[in-house]
Amino acid sequence: MSSLPALFGVLVFTFLLMRVLPGDPAVFFASGPNAGKEEIEVIRKQMGLDKPVPEQLLLYLYDVGRGNLGKSLMTGQPVTTDLRDRLPASLELTLTALLIALVSAIPLGVLAALKPGSLIDHGVRLFCALGVCVPTFVSGLLLIYVFYYLLGLAPDPTGRIDVFTSLPPPRTGFLTIDFLLAGDVDGWWAAFRQLTLPAATMALFVIAPLARITRASMLVSLGSDFVRTARSVGLSWWRIVVTYALRNAILPVITIAGIVFSTMLGANVLVEKVYSWPGVASYALDALLSSDYAPVQGFVLLMASIFVVVNLLVDVLYGIADPRVSI
Amino acid sequence: MASTTLRHTVWILRGNPLTGIAAAGVVLLVLIAIFGPSIVPYDPIASNVSQALNPPSAAHLAGTDQLGRDNFSRLVVATRLDLVIAVSAVGISFVLGAVIGAFCGYAAGRLDRAVGRFVDVMMAFPLFVLAMAMVAALGNRVENIVIATAIINLPFYIRFARAEVNIRRNVGWVEAARASGESHVSVVLRFLLPNVLPAMAVQMSLNLGWAILNAAGLSFIGLGVRPPTPEWGIMVAEGARFISTGKWWLVAFPGLALMLAVLCFNLLGDGLRDILDPRMRT
Repeated sequence: MSSLPALFGVLVFTFLLMRVLPGDPAVFFASGPNAGKEEIEVIRKQMGLDKPVPEQLLLYLYDVGRGNLGKSLMTGQPVTTDLRDRLPASLELTLTALLIALVSAIPLGVLAALKPGSLIDHGVRLFCALGVCVPTFVSGLLLIYVFYYLLGLAPDPTGRIDVFTSLPPPRTGFLTIDFLLAGDVDGWWAAFRQLTLPAATMALFVIAPLARITRASMLVSLGSDFVRTARSVGLSWWRIVVTYALRNAILPVITIAGIVFSTMLGANVLVEKVYSWPGVASYALDALLSSDYAPVQGFVLLMASIFVVVNLLVDVLYGIADPRVSI
Repeated sequence: MASTTLRHTVWILRGNPLTGIAAAGVVLLVLIAIFGPSIVPYDPIASNVSQALNPPSAAHLAGTDQLGRDNFSRLVVATRLDLVIAVSAVGISFVLGAVIGAFCGYAAGRLDRAVGRFVDVMMAFPLFVLAMAMVAALGNRVENIVIATAIINLPFYIRFARAEVNIRRNVGWVEAARASGESHVSVVLRFLLPNVLPAMAVQMSLNLGWAILNAAGLSFIGLGVRPPTPEWGIMVAEGARFISTGKWWLVAFPGLALMLAVLCFNLLGDGLRDILDPRMRT
């Protein structure tokens, strides 16, 4: 719950950034550069810009509370509609990436912790050191070079699906799931292939911190008394590692996974640009580059809300992973 | 004292030669940033269309781009801008963060708790998104990249300085300084801050790598630095258009430069931590 004030802070902060700093939105919204003084004055009244700043802030908060984030100049649609249309694409990408990252980082970390100083351990540590140094947009482009240009394994790296495939009826907005629901296997394969490279790019970026924390936390857990006891009573190796050691090592991993998820929300901007992925981040970026501020503001708010939800989720997962923690 | 520190440093370096290599790398980067523009073989912004998109060769070590500009010269010249952006951003947040954090940690109480809470939450926020929004609002200029990067780095320094000052606020020599009539401001600035600085320097080195990545990311998406200015992020962005036709050198070399720069700062930070703060040794 402690992240709710932060959400409010972000609201006020983005408002101040967009309204108080240089640039008169009324001039911008007017029909053209030659709009008359009266016209600008009328628009200013319409937008409420003639009122004092605190009152404007209250009006803005009121609007946001009613789900009104303003209109996009680019698309001519309400920002809420635009964001709703594009959010599934971003979520599908981010969640798939998180899944890939967790599925590869946890075993890597565990393996490294089981044999400290071994080849695997050094390999994992080298990978972690390099992983945080390569920018997402560079690794994304290099993956395109290798898998699309050199090997020809990946499809054309633009968008969620090629233009020739007919879309399934939208139910969840997640293309891979919608294709499955529609029973279209070819379509699913096409969407899945399209998704793999961007998701792998984003995953590569976050495997390093996840594997590192898994390794550290597993090392502590493996050296503890309860693991020694479990070993001495002759439990199977698998049971000791997975049921006892990993279960106890998972708390810090959950914490880092929460932080990693919010890094991924930021990395979305870069990955969506590299792969022309039609998500919320590339929408906000296009808006930003054409000085259309309402979508940017809406995007930042959306990210802040997702961030709050993720924080709550992490707290809940904490409770599940460790019954001693109460929410 | 000095000789013990020196001996300790040498001992650490012997056990961990990577730190030495990283330090050499950083020195090399700084030298390239200073002298690079005067020693490059070609003018980094002079186009020569007859030589466009050539792969690496003896004449053009890192190939040429779509306008026939020499990729190697652009890489070298870009070092200065990338380092200046990162160093000034981290410098600003270091100074501001140290002062704000130190005063909060010294004052303790309700304000301190509120700031601490706020900073904790900020650190987990998608900071790149925040930086993007700030550059959008402040205007699309290089100075604003610096400001945005400085602001998103700020929470880390505030938290660090706060914690370090907090554990020292009631120790003997601080009490002594207060008893001898030093004002609170002077206690913080002249006594507490200098004791916190070495530990913060480590944080700074680690953060420089992060700042470089952030700034390059911002210019990759078209914020701040404008073409034809050579800068690693924007060079990758320009090369991105040619990657699916196999022109790898336009992305790979600036990407490699970014990676090596970040790697050097990270390894140096880890090594500095071992030297300055033996308790944290990993």
